Amino acid sequence: MDCGSTYDTLDRRLLDEFQRGFPLTERPFADLAERLQTGEGEVIERLRRLKEEGAVSRVGAVVAPHALGRSTLAALAVPAERLDEIAELVSGYHEVNHNYEREHRFNLWFVVTAEDEDAVAAVLDDIARRTGLEPLDLPLLEPFHLDLGFALQWR
Amino acid sequence: MALNDKDRRLLHALQDGLPLVPRPYAAVAEAVGLSEADVVARLARLADEGVVKRFGVVVRHRELGYRANAMTVWDVPDEAVAATGRRLAELDFVTLCYRRPRRLPDWPYNLFAMIHGRDRASVLRLVEQATEVAGLAGHPRAILFSRRGFKQRGARYLGQPARPEPALAG
Repeated sequence: MDCGSTYDTLDRRLLDEFQRGFPLTERPFADLAERLQTGEGEVIERLRRLKEEGAVSRVGAVVAPHALGRSTLAALAVPAERLDEIAELVSGYHEVNHNYEREHRFNLWFVVTAEDEDAVAAVLDDIARRTGLEPLDLPLLEPFHLDLGFALQWR
Repeated sequence: MALNDKDRRLLHALQDGLPLVPRPYAAVAEAVGLSEADVVARLARLADEGVVKRFGVVVRHRELGYRANAMTVWDVPDEAVAATGRRLAELDFVTLCYRRPRRLPDWPYNLFAMIHGRDRASVLRLVEQATEVAGLAGHPRAILFSRRGFKQRGARYLGQPARPEPALAG
């Protein structure tokens, strides 16, 4: 996808400029509209469309890892012929929020998030039992970055 | 950072993001049984305390033309990993940077960085740049490009989602 042709200036500014420090006011979208010199309804309509199209995941909070519960990054080494089936099985857990195929012997990578360590371990055990494959369990030990959002480079 | 039940209920209600309506905090407040002013004050406090790392528009890289991403991992001696990780994390194209455990013999890597780019070649250039800047030349490394995304959404710590989110193809 070429960002340049798909999104106009207002879309781009909505995507770029409000990734953090979203206004905590009664009418936050009106505040955005004022800064963008457009209307509140237009801002809301555009954010709805960007969300529907998939460019925006949500307008909301990115919560620090382990503030609310526990999570781990897990990986499976899946035989190629079973990858689709096992990816679907893994995505089926509501505790799994990210699930990607990656280029490696460990080719299926997913994040398991739950209330506590026991609940996370129970999901990994269940996946191991159902697939016959032993997951790598790689919990976060130390974060090094501050999540400041993502600076988009428009063409 | 101490989270009480009301904080948890609030963050739970926000898992799918703010409702896109003129007074979103009032709508969230009604859903969790708090006042609008309380919701706003709590979110400000949670951001101050670092529980909420950022609050705003969360974009999907892939849909915005960042088609390539590589989880890049290194094996760094334990005594050097913190300093190295902090240098990596300062690079603006590194979106996540964590220390995780090795799992020998299957997995010898302990430093993880997520690097996004428009295509494979640009990601590889960024990986080389990161390697140089963080002093990682010579350390064992693997570059795990993503192929297919089966699922991507915000974390859910408590219970079933209110609405299912479709798995992403491509």
